[in-house]
Amino acid sequence: MKAYPWRYSLALLGLVLLFNAIFTPGFLAIEIRDGRLFGSLIDIFNRATPAALLALGMALVIATAGVDLSVGAIMAISGAVAAGLVVQPPDFLLHGMGVQPVAVAMSLAVLAGAVCGLFNGVLIGFFRIQPVVATLLLMIAGRGVAQLLTNGQIITVPGDDFAALAIGTTLGLPNPIWILAAMALFFGALTRLTAFGLFVEASGDNPTAAHYVGINGKSLRLAVYTLSGLCAGVAGIIAASNIKAADANNAGLYLELDAILAVAVGGTAMTGGKFSLVGALIGAVLMQAVTTTILTRGIGTEVTLIIKALVVVAVCLLQSPSFHETLRRRRTA
Amino acid sequence: MASLLRMSGIVKSFPGVKALQGVDFEVQAGQVHALMGENGAGKSTLLKVLTGVYAADAGEIEFEGAAIRPRSPQEATALGISAVYQELSLAPNLSIAENIVIGREPMGPLGIRWSAVRERARGALSRLGLELDVDRPVGSCSPAIQHLTAIARALDVDARLLVLDEPTASLDGDEVDALFEVVGRLKEQGLGIVYVTHFLDEVYRIADQVTVLRNGTLVATDTPVAMPRRALVANMIGREAPPEDAAVARSQGPQGAPLMEAQDLGKRQSVGDINFKLHSGEVLGLAGLLGSGRTETLRLLFGVDRPNSGSLHVHGGAPTLTPRRAMNLGVGMLAEERKTDGIFPNLSVRDNMMIVAQVKRGWLARLPRSAYAQADGKKEELRIATPDLDRPIAGLSGGNQQKALLARWLIAQPQVLLLDEPTRGIDVGAKFEIFGLVERLREQGMAFVLVSSELSEIVHSSTKVAILRDRRMVGDAPEITEEAIMSQIAEGGE
Ligand SMILES: Nc1ncnc2c1ncn2[C@@H]1O[C@H](COP(=O)(O)OP(=O)(O)OP(=O)(O)O)[C@@H](O)[C@H]1O
Ligand SMILES: [Mg+2]
Repeated sequence: MKAYPWRYSLALLGLVLLFNAIFTPGFLAIEIRDGRLFGSLIDIFNRATPAALLALGMALVIATAGVDLSVGAIMAISGAVAAGLVVQPPDFLLHGMGVQPVAVAMSLAVLAGAVCGLFNGVLIGFFRIQPVVATLLLMIAGRGVAQLLTNGQIITVPGDDFAALAIGTTLGLPNPIWILAAMALFFGALTRLTAFGLFVEASGDNPTAAHYVGINGKSLRLAVYTLSGLCAGVAGIIAASNIKAADANNAGLYLELDAILAVAVGGTAMTGGKFSLVGALIGAVLMQAVTTTILTRGIGTEVTLIIKALVVVAVCLLQSPSFHETLRRRRTA
Repeated sequence: MASLLRMSGIVKSFPGVKALQGVDFEVQAGQVHALMGENGAGKSTLLKVLTGVYAADAGEIEFEGAAIRPRSPQEATALGISAVYQELSLAPNLSIAENIVIGREPMGPLGIRWSAVRERARGALSRLGLELDVDRPVGSCSPAIQHLTAIARALDVDARLLVLDEPTASLDGDEVDALFEVVGRLKEQGLGIVYVTHFLDEVYRIADQVTVLRNGTLVATDTPVAMPRRALVANMIGREAPPEDAAVARSQGPQGAPLMEAQDLGKRQSVGDINFKLHSGEVLGLAGLLGSGRTETLRLLFGVDRPNSGSLHVHGGAPTLTPRRAMNLGVGMLAEERKTDGIFPNLSVRDNMMIVAQVKRGWLARLPRSAYAQADGKKEELRIATPDLDRPIAGLSGGNQQKALLARWLIAQPQVLLLDEPTRGIDVGAKFEIFGLVERLREQGMAFVLVSSELSEIVHSSTKVAILRDRRMVGDAPEITEEAIMSQIAEGGE
């Protein structure tokens, strides 16, 4: 039997959904209106996408025994780039070769996110700056960059093209869910069909031993932080598209913490080594499910954070081997 | 007289493994009790149950006449049981002195009294006949010094029972002598001492009683006199001991161009004057005392450290090596310290064994499942004791981890393999198998550089031997016998 590290968070997610199914009428109902699916479940998944996207990249970063605090700020940069390019298109976008200017703008925004991640990767991989410090730089400076891009204002984007990414649907499901699914598949293939995931785990588990078996820790870190930046870029355009605007101050605010918690709850150790992408996704959905539950139950939003914290503590305790050992000793003593 | 320690009916299981199946174990005051057994027999587990690292599933422990059930090593220490574990857990960034007194620092009105800390650490080390710079971070010291630091720490507490799990695995002759002297003194003071080792000689030197475990059960306990070598080995492996095979045939001369050639290779503050030629089918033994620069030499050859003098040719070219480039040129290195430089503790045994082959192949092309089956073959060949290669390697006993690391390099099939203490922690039976394996691979054309603090291993396997003294290579041994090598190592003064 294989012990999946995310079994406790999945069980807890099941409990939360069960609780809602019993106490919230129509919670499980999914109806089709105008060819799109509506329902609380869909809503939970949809709202969980930005944090889930960040968690994908974050899981790899944490597996190398690092952390990326800058992803929230990178979301702001990416949103600002996308909105800025659409509202004030430079010449090459206007006279493009018949491509959708919005699509090009969004692609460039994602690229900007990846470049930010690359910057982190260079600091950490090549200049050996501690991950917390290096990404803290961009966490703070990144919002400044985003404000420069937006001239300190909230750039609102008129028209439906820009909003289509987040608000539109494909085959009945909201687009963000499809985007998340595609990214998750890409990350899954990258880490399990190639040896990339193994090398990430090895270098997080024991960097010296990894060096001695010829694993290039520098390039590996570069790749991992770039991927994390890429995820943040994608999450950034979804967030901006969702509100049809770029808000440098609030886009992705504190979302890096949600992502880290999602990864931890999903059974990835902060000390590096093994990671679980499935766990990170379950973790992100669990956190969103808890938030949605609190909102629909009409419990005051001020307790949301406290309840979330309790959930995290509970799952982390359940995952801790020494907690189980203590329980066992209690029983045998 | 009542026993100092009486463990009875100890049972301990891990997922998939019954590590201890009802073991009884008794130690008297003033007795050195050797605990023997093959890799994975359950020795370390028994000791960890005793010191509270693990909780036994069943069984009783009685210490000085009272039932105890320590829940942590700290509790065991407080009860008077002091231990040095097989896999050290020192704080690498703290100094030697801090590591020795950590947790019981001498306090003054202004907090820790650092002068007293150093004084006490020096005292503890001098009991082992050592004089060291106690302010040095422990992580920058050699494995032997680290081990001695851990032993000094264990001796620094006021204990009635001392537990030593393979304390001599990384020590040289002189340090072993110093340790035995201390053990002898402690024994006279009435301490009980539990001693795990894979060196049979040591048992007959210091033990008053021998207990043998096999597959988690007790198979024999007696005095060393009543259990001579062959009987001891037979008890350990469960069948007649195989005859010790003869030394390797060294007749054949070097063949073809050298695979590796060093000329005046050196690195400031590390080693110098490294000169040798290594051909296909040769085993070059590096002999020297502790700190003579053997490990440092291997680090230069594998590109872990950069040389700043002389030249190193691999296959005729003179590349600037990194471990990765060395691997691509067909060079491999089994590092000395398995815990810090070798294992990936949370990865499966299988991944640990396959990782070098995977790195060689590149990250993009995952090794196919069929290749992963090679790990099963090596598990059989090296008799790695584990029910399941897909569990984390951290759950393997020390000796079995070492076998898996060796397997890692054998699977990758380099042309030159640098072996740094390859048999550390490996039981007697498996040692012979490993050297038999080295011999077969050598006959097939592989070349080895072998570092071992066991001169007998060097003599047994090498086709030529180079002597290191004071971090310089001083020449080849004229003939490959222990006496010739010893005398050349010792010749330092003239
Ligand atoms: N933490 C653990 N988790 C899972 N299995 C373990 C753990 N510790 C020990 N084992 C298993 O228990 C058995 C006994 O291991 P132990 O370390 O006691 O052997 P040992 O006699 O000390 O061997 P060695 O000579 O190699 O040190 C082995 O099969 C090992 O795989
Ligand atoms: Mg052991």
